Amino acid sequence: MTVNAVMLRPIDNVVTVVGDVKAGDTVVFTKEGNQESVVAGEDIPAYHKIAVKDLKKDDHIIKYGQVIGALTTDEAKKGSWISHKNIMSLPRNYEDEL
Amino acid sequence: MNFLGYKRPDGKVGIRNKVLILPTCVCSSETCRIVSEQVQGTIYTSNQAGCSEVEQNLKICYDMYSGFAANPNIYGTVLIGLGCEGCTPDKMADEIRKKTTKPLEVVVIQEEGGTVNAINKAVKYARQMVQEASLVKAEEFPLSELFLGIECGGSDATSGLAANPVVGKVSDMLVDEGGSAVMSETTEFIGAEHILAKRAATPEIKKQIIGICRDLEEHLANVHANLRTGQPTPGNKEGGISTIEEKSLGCIYKGGTRPIVEVLEYAQIPTKKGALIMDTPGFDVASVTAMVAGGCQVIIFTTGRGTPTGNIIAPVIKVTGNSKTFKNMQDNIDFDASVVLSGEKTIDERGRELFDELVEVANGKVTKAEAFGFNECSMQRICKFI
Repeated sequence: MTVNAVMLRPIDNVVTVVGDVKAGDTVVFTKEGNQESVVAGEDIPAYHKIAVKDLKKDDHIIKYGQVIGALTTDEAKKGSWISHKNIMSLPRNYEDEL
Repeated sequence: MNFLGYKRPDGKVGIRNKVLILPTCVCSSETCRIVSEQVQGTIYTSNQAGCSEVEQNLKICYDMYSGFAANPNIYGTVLIGLGCEGCTPDKMADEIRKKTTKPLEVVVIQEEGGTVNAINKAVKYARQMVQEASLVKAEEFPLSELFLGIECGGSDATSGLAANPVVGKVSDMLVDEGGSAVMSETTEFIGAEHILAKRAATPEIKKQIIGICRDLEEHLANVHANLRTGQPTPGNKEGGISTIEEKSLGCIYKGGTRPIVEVLEYAQIPTKKGALIMDTPGFDVASVTAMVAGGCQVIIFTTGRGTPTGNIIAPVIKVTGNSKTFKNMQDNIDFDASVVLSGEKTIDERGRELFDELVEVANGKVTKAEAFGFNECSMQRICKFI
């Protein structure tokens, strides 16, 4: 199958699709040298994120192996479109980092 | 590898050879435009401030506009003031002389008796300076004389996956040659500052990197503002960037991997060479101008959505990782990094090709923004006009 998404780190729970995806399309990515796939639950525009795990409210969204925000909706099933509409930024704790 | 440059009396090397018509404030800005229009070989920058400012804003104005005059791409400067502004012609001239020994002439509109007389005097200075500048011969210099500014604007999710990592490779290559590369935009460190801090050359620099992020958030909190209401921008979100963390984690790739040896204030000239950081806003134009004031001879600017931004002092090389944007905005984009996403080339390969392009531009190749003569200029501010 043709790879049409990018997983940046194995611990990521979202991958980036590299072209427009329609609901029902299979999204294929490489994880630690092996191909894995997820079926898109909805239309997803190019370069947007698709969940590769079932997520629930407040779960951290992981991309680049780092936290990029938390889920704001009750849940997002594997195959859901993850965007600014269902995740939000988290406050930083600079004092701990210093 | 060498490049062709213009040696300045202060020891620095320019990749362009222009005479700058420089306003102290908004009231002399239009006069500078008219002078520049009358003398081929000159450029001018606008100044939308320079008066009715608190001390901190005035300092930024002095730092930035004296930095423009000191930029190595400038042969010499004709400074034009009004005469009663907060950012005084005398102090601006002093600030320029502290930074460089290059030619400088000062014209004050109120002292000359109005705009026409001021234009007359400034045009004579400018014509003389342009002729002198034309006598400076381009010579070969090592790449260690190059100071690159790295910027991104109109990012989308391809920026962090393709364009920024490719530029990061260029940054590393230039630093390895003994040159300098500065990455800016403090807003776009937030959420990734803990990773950036690992590149700090000393514990003190690590504290500075975290500190500028904390200070920015505190500054905004003091006026009951939160940067997350404006970052990511609507275009970033449409392009697949959902939070500031996601934006920043992609952004910091453009600064490469080498140790960060200095954290600069807005529009400051570095004291060290190597990989640098400048504390600027995520507003791209105000960030590019600050790095040019800091002495960058050339800018590499990554974009996902596509932007036209240029700079009149330093050529801007536009890079995208989005193949559709490259096709859609060929007038504006110089370099296609999307081949990294399609798997046709590796980040290292495309990075080496962009490095070659950087040297070409240093040697005189005109970039797309440069051909348009784009002259955006914007300045960071601490607070309201007074």
